[in-house]
Amino acid sequence: MAIFNLSINGKKQQIDTDPDTPLLWVLRDHFNLKGTKYGCGIAQCGACTVHVDGVAMRSCSLPISAISEQKIKTIEGLSETGDHPVQKAWLSHDVPQCGYCQAGQIMSAAALLENNPNPNDGEIDAAMNGNICRCGTYLRIKAAIKTAAKMG
Amino acid sequence: MSIIKTSIARRSFLKSSALTGGGLMLGFSWLASCQTKTEAEILAMPKEWFEINSYLKIGDNGVVTIYTPNPEFGQNVRTSMPMLVAEELDIDWKKVVVEQAPYHPKNFGFQFTGGSRGIMSRWEPLRMAGASARQMLCTAAAETWKVPLEEITTEAGTLFHKPTNQSAGYGEMASAAVGVPVPTEVKLKDIKDFKIIGTSKKNVDAQDIVTGKSMFGMDYQKEGMLIAMIVHPPAFGMTLKSVDDTEVKTMSGIKDIITIKSYPKDYQKGSFDANAFPEILAIVGNSTWQVMKAKKQLKVEWKPITASTETILGFRGDKQTKHIPAGLESTDKHRSQMEILAAKPGKVVRKDGDPTSAFKNAAKIIERTYEAPFLAHNCMEPLNAFADVRGDRAQIAAPIQIPGFVMPTLAASLGIPVENIEMELTRMGGGFGRKAYGHYVIEAALISQKINAPVKLIYTREDDMTNGIYRPTYQATYRAALDSDNNLTALHVKAGGIPESPLFANRFPAGALDNYLAEEWSADSNITIGAFRAPRSNFMAGAEQSFLDEVAEATGKDPIDFRLDLLKRAKENPVGEKNDYDAARYAGVLELVREKADWGKSQSGVHRGVSAYFCHNTYAAHILDMTMEEGKPIVQKVCCAIDCGVVVNPDAAINMAEGAITDGVGNAFFGEMTFKEGVPEKNNFHQYRMIRMGEAPKAIEVHFVENKINPTGMGEPPFPPIFGAVANALYKATGERRYRQPFLGEENVLG
Repeated sequence: MAIFNLSINGKKQQIDTDPDTPLLWVLRDHFNLKGTKYGCGIAQCGACTVHVDGVAMRSCSLPISAISEQKIKTIEGLSETGDHPVQKAWLSHDVPQCGYCQAGQIMSAAALLENNPNPNDGEIDAAMNGNICRCGTYLRIKAAIKTAAKMG
Repeated sequence: MSIIKTSIARRSFLKSSALTGGGLMLGFSWLASCQTKTEAEILAMPKEWFEINSYLKIGDNGVVTIYTPNPEFGQNVRTSMPMLVAEELDIDWKKVVVEQAPYHPKNFGFQFTGGSRGIMSRWEPLRMAGASARQMLCTAAAETWKVPLEEITTEAGTLFHKPTNQSAGYGEMASAAVGVPVPTEVKLKDIKDFKIIGTSKKNVDAQDIVTGKSMFGMDYQKEGMLIAMIVHPPAFGMTLKSVDDTEVKTMSGIKDIITIKSYPKDYQKGSFDANAFPEILAIVGNSTWQVMKAKKQLKVEWKPITASTETILGFRGDKQTKHIPAGLESTDKHRSQMEILAAKPGKVVRKDGDPTSAFKNAAKIIERTYEAPFLAHNCMEPLNAFADVRGDRAQIAAPIQIPGFVMPTLAASLGIPVENIEMELTRMGGGFGRKAYGHYVIEAALISQKINAPVKLIYTREDDMTNGIYRPTYQATYRAALDSDNNLTALHVKAGGIPESPLFANRFPAGALDNYLAEEWSADSNITIGAFRAPRSNFMAGAEQSFLDEVAEATGKDPIDFRLDLLKRAKENPVGEKNDYDAARYAGVLELVREKADWGKSQSGVHRGVSAYFCHNTYAAHILDMTMEEGKPIVQKVCCAIDCGVVVNPDAAINMAEGAITDGVGNAFFGEMTFKEGVPEKNNFHQYRMIRMGEAPKAIEVHFVENKINPTGMGEPPFPPIFGAVANALYKATGERRYRQPFLGEENVLG
């Protein structure tokens, strides 16, 4: 066990846990931030995507010991009132079916638009390649990303 | 207008609330979920709620809570089912709050998600619940205003008596309505008068989903809750021998390691109690990661199972004998086993005319064999369940498709009565049939009972993917007899699988041919199988529609014309009496998709495949456009026509069709589970290929046949025919027919 000081969604947090604990389980089990999902545990499905200093990362494969000063942002911290352009676009396209993968999809999409405000189809495909949607909502996800890009 | 006898359960406490002249103040957890909405969007909560019947309560300010009875796994019934109630209640949709009903069959009937039967089975009961509440409100208004009931009208949550110019909101009349006897019959609206049904309503849960609210079984949390994980045998055909837990017990955060036997001795299992691993180990600890680490360290010895025979009670009350062979099965062996069985005469399920003579006299015979592998469901939310069993009471919260089927087994396994078990139906992160098999709920409950604490059982992705309940592996051989004028004179299908046959002997093209023979076979296996989005249809549609395409080509006909000719025959002069499809509606979707896709218009480099199928009471046809880029097939567009009767929530139905099409393309291209010596060869997404965004169709267009037929299934029907559309487009694109799924195999490129 060791003590880690973290910045999660703009709040300073402290946790005493095993250094190899993945960020995913720190978020879910210790801080009750259940929006970040467990899907595969090996960084293959993207359900656990969060931002670490603005970069989309798979929290299931990121040991807490690898994080120090970096700012962690989860779906709960993407916007205060759920009005991030990506979230708004998701609502306008009524994207979700089961919804389980969507937080991860939204976090990947938000990070993409942060770096590339006007991505083309190929760039969207590449950025979203790590996020599986078993329900098959990819078309709506892509449309929503384009809408969010227009909202700026 | 149709008059329907009502049969709505009314909670016993309604009477007492009526006697005291007021309603009941009920707890609600809704406000918390609305924090992210803008102020204007937040509905003011009423001071008092009045329960009118088990499906709805009305607040004194006119806000209506509708309890949605069936579990949600992405089909969006939490929106479309309340729409049915709201339509007949005649309420403004903006004033509706949706709450998930807990498992309570007395109040909510058969609560299930499966077989694409949700909306179909709730079409009348839910409208009746709304209509009956409306009737009670009208009666209350008539009595209050002392005017004839027939003169009361309603509009969007307001009651009117126009002759005396009186009006009142539902909220104002709700208290009085509680005291009105439940009507014995109610009038339902004509379809042409619908205001809510048939208009697109946004997913009521979308805001919570995009802001990451806790809503799934996996997210369930309770004070003092422990985490459990299971260790099941590494191979089908193996069972627990012994465990050495001395080391793991000392690991940080680990509470206990226990052995679970899921079923009492001699328990009469039902068909949804399928479980390859009824004896497993469970590790219980404080946090997920601690348990996950301990799981890897646990030293377990396994032993081979012995062959056994079980009697399974089917859900229609029928009993089936099931043989479970011993041994370690492999995909290679399955394939040779299927070849041998397919070469032998099968069980004749249907025979029309004289197929033997027709084949003997044929000028040409086309024979093709189609094959598909086992498939894993791979719901994004792995299996999980929460249980808190204390003494003779149990509280369960689980993502489960058919709670009513797990309940008797749960009661028997725990040794406590069904009425002492409360079950909350959490949102499911996908189901696709997998979460109809509730062994994980039983496991969670048994763990909780043994450790006497609330516990959440979590399957790892690997546990989930290697646990069984797969779509079976199938094979079908089709033969067509053509005469010297290239007319199709006979068709023979022989289909089988491990461990079940996929055949539907009475589906098209049965009924369209004078000479028809359908045979089937199967072989036992110790690998468990279960419903997977459109069971059996998801293979047969691809095989049949590929074959018909090939026969059409041999006859020199356009593939759509060829199918329409057969359907014309089936409509005008059907062969046999058991044909279980409506040839006119079947032809209808083909005609609609032909028109919408501009079939016949060729585009350079674009290869088109057509396919149609009928299952789950709905007709679906697709035209798929494919291009080849660097040897890779790209699905440019799928145009789809569906006849599912009245479409309740059009945009949500389109979303379902888009999903089914994408899911179908993915499984046709990549879906495959294989086995070696009983071990599933894929245990996570690095091995099991799932379709990803760049591989999904670039565009999907969905068209519905407009009619006034009561609604039928939407979740499954668009899925099966996509396999045929992919196969037929691939042939056009590459000049080669593909008979074995997945079509892109391991190398994921075409030669």
